[in-house]
Amino acid sequence: MYGPLWRALPGPTWLRVLILLALAAAVVVVCFQWFFPWVSDYMPLNQQTVGEGTP
Amino acid sequence: MTATRTHARPTSGQGPVARTVGAVGELMITLGVLLGLFIVWQLWWTDVEGDRYQAEVIDELAWEPPPAVAQVQNPPEERRDDPPVMDEPGFQTVFAQYYVPRFGTDYVKPVAEGVDKALVLDTIGIGHYPGTAMPGDVGNFAMAAHRTTFGKPFNQIADLVEGDPLVVRTEETWYVYRVTEDLIVNPQDVGVIAPVPGVPADPAAVPDRRLLTMTSCHPMFSAAQRYVVHGELDYWMPVSDGTPKELLDAGIDPSGGS
Repeated sequence: MYGPLWRALPGPTWLRVLILLALAAAVVVVCFQWFFPWVSDYMPLNQQTVGEGTP
Repeated sequence: MTATRTHARPTSGQGPVARTVGAVGELMITLGVLLGLFIVWQLWWTDVEGDRYQAEVIDELAWEPPPAVAQVQNPPEERRDDPPVMDEPGFQTVFAQYYVPRFGTDYVKPVAEGVDKALVLDTIGIGHYPGTAMPGDVGNFAMAAHRTTFGKPFNQIADLVEGDPLVVRTEETWYVYRVTEDLIVNPQDVGVIAPVPGVPADPAAVPDRRLLTMTSCHPMFSAAQRYVVHGELDYWMPVSDGTPKELLDAGIDPSGGS
């Protein structure tokens, strides 16, 4: 999975490491901004209202 | 296996089984890292964002600060006649600031209309249950907020004790409530936000007290129950008369000092 990715990257080792770090940062941003907020809507862990509808 | 992989080359002749096992292993490590990141996001980042955004909301209100202590009658008159009551605003409108000295000297959070999780509680902070009383009114001014994550406005709700001041400011008026009781209820117990609260509430009861209710989750990091705090209005005063002594005594001076 990560082996082919490493081999597909161009340039010397330091450049590949740099690209991978940038990719990892991009994944974190996408997760924090969009993916995790979306997931958390489906997790009934965090409710503070009273109401007939709430579990 | 790590050693083998480190020295592996595309042509090293790994069998399909070894490759599959390796790929599954990497996938599981990735999922583990993502789960860890989710926890970091939920327990840390939502607070960072929430605190920053909620402070921004307070700033953007740009309300006139109360006059400084030296410029007004001290102590200001505590009024116990009928207070002014604003009309219920539209969904998501920020209409009040909430001060709780017990929660710290820099504690001030915006209160907005509605208790939608994504659109109010996860962002603006404190939500006002639509249809319940407005600040100062006879009935029950009921609010909800997170106890953990997303800026956690009601994080220390369980620290409140009877008699603690709960101070609501609208643009023109201070309303000083005092804690009367706290209780733990089930999520379905809507009676706690009724005009005359009770579990269950008596629908025929006629409200004659000016109450406030805070609801949050209980236990922390769970949705199993709700922590509820009731308060009753002690007095009110116009913002133009200064700052309630409950705030000044606690070292909170919204006038900006001097």
